[in-house]
Amino acid sequence: MTSWITTPLSYGFMQRGLLAAVMVGVLCAVIGCYVVLRSMAFLGDALAHSILPGVAVAYLLEGNLLIGALGAALIVALGIGLFSRHGVVKEDTAIGIIFAAALSLGIVLISTMHTYAVDLTHILFGNVLGVSSYDLRLTALLGGGVLAGLLILYRPFLVVSFDPVLASTLRLPEQLLRTLLLVLLAVTIVVSMQTVGVGLVAAMLVTPGATAYLLARRLPGMMGLAALIGALSSLCGLYLSFYLNVASGAAIVLVATAAFIVAYLFAPRRGLLWDRWRSQRSRTQTSGSAGVPD
Amino acid sequence: MTFTHCDQPALDPPLAAFEEPARLDLDRVSVAYGGRPALTDVSFQVPHGECVAVVGPNGAGKSTLFKALVGLLPLSAGTILIHGRPLGHHRDCVAYVPQREDVDWSFPLTVSDVVVMGRYGRKGWLRGPTAHDREIVHEALRRMGIDALAERSIGELSGGQQQRVFVARALAQEPHILLMDEPFTGVDVTSREAILQVLDQLHQQQVTAMISTHDLNLAATRFEQVLVLNRRLIAYGSPAEVFTPDVLRTAFGGQALVLREGLVAIDQCCPPEQGGVH
Repeated sequence: MTSWITTPLSYGFMQRGLLAAVMVGVLCAVIGCYVVLRSMAFLGDALAHSILPGVAVAYLLEGNLLIGALGAALIVALGIGLFSRHGVVKEDTAIGIIFAAALSLGIVLISTMHTYAVDLTHILFGNVLGVSSYDLRLTALLGGGVLAGLLILYRPFLVVSFDPVLASTLRLPEQLLRTLLLVLLAVTIVVSMQTVGVGLVAAMLVTPGATAYLLARRLPGMMGLAALIGALSSLCGLYLSFYLNVASGAAIVLVATAAFIVAYLFAPRRGLLWDRWRSQRSRTQTSGSAGVPD
Repeated sequence: MTFTHCDQPALDPPLAAFEEPARLDLDRVSVAYGGRPALTDVSFQVPHGECVAVVGPNGAGKSTLFKALVGLLPLSAGTILIHGRPLGHHRDCVAYVPQREDVDWSFPLTVSDVVVMGRYGRKGWLRGPTAHDREIVHEALRRMGIDALAERSIGELSGGQQQRVFVARALAQEPHILLMDEPFTGVDVTSREAILQVLDQLHQQQVTAMISTHDLNLAATRFEQVLVLNRRLIAYGSPAEVFTPDVLRTAFGGQALVLREGLVAIDQCCPPEQGGVH
């Protein structure tokens, strides 16, 4: 009866893949709340693509791919801040230039290798079923670090995101906090590389957070809900990919998207149908008995 | 002399022997904004407990002045002293209420979430609000007449209610000096009266306040001191001293139409205080 649940778990690669996917789902969703609220979706996507040259260099030097990716992501994160700080070019322009250049550099480097076709696919779209137990430990360590940072700095990040003016009158180091958030985001993206790939990590950052935004009233609730949606999407997506034999990263993202569409339609207060229903009700009310507050 | 709510360092013994210095003391202050001078050579003093209206046409540098006073904009020349000390010594002394459009009201926060931010500065950033903090937050909400809205999402509020949330947050900061940038623009009558009433209370508590407004009648009738600004200081004094045809013509230029018998009409591009929905 429940064998369809347990059968995949008899494979070691599925156990590791599920754990990795759920961890990444939670991690991306929580930091993704800031990505959604601060309108950093483009930045997240750009950061993800720009880790490619780092991965390629690490591969060529036979070093650790994660460390190469992390180095590239940090350079790009700080580079974008540097370019746009003086206001000569707007931030999204700076992002567009750097991200395309880094992606191209990565592709050039990778195309010099013999086995690039397979590896490039893995980097772009993830290879969650190839997660080793070492990868799993590294994911847990880095992901735990990012979550701890977000928890400890919850209030400073909240104030800097909602009201930068209050942040500076309270003498918060605004620039430092913004850079720190970028660094945490870069680590998150690198950790997610193996699960959903750089092509889809932006979706894992944005979609659960956006879904939770439609449902939650307060930031802690939004983060918790996003984490739940991220974890469930990973779980369902991986099972779907096992039984339908489709790419796992894409399946995870599609499940998350389905959750978003449901919330977009049916969410109380913010959903489309709720809106319709309320405007219809107020129309019938104004024709009937007026002045009943909703 | 009381410095109870302030995290400012204890006064040096020789200084403490003197009378309390002016709350705000600007000496030949110039501020550039985007490479162009926004304020030039502004000098004035606001004594302890004074409530000052700041008026001037759009682009006169009212917001620039406030931002310079809280250290958000660097000075290109001159000095600002608060309690006789330069900026940077006064974290909790100065509360600044920015214009409402400066923040994103669709953020997932409740009214009390926003007001409790006023308490963040005075304790460690890692600790949650204490019972004392919650009490102060509740009191601030009550004084602004929005305690019933405490658990409401900020996105559901009217413009006037949002403005009252911002003022409540400033009250929760327990400031010595309160700066408000156009708190009356686009708010309903209830909110306007609530803010004015709190200003009267703060005046009795000897809190120094500077409020910018487009409403010259309000400045003339409800404030003891008016500061007229247009990129430099045009006039500073009681409404009777300040509101003269000469001053208004200098400040408002072509927008001022001086009629017979000292009557002045001023045409401002933005409608000053439209009644919002409550």
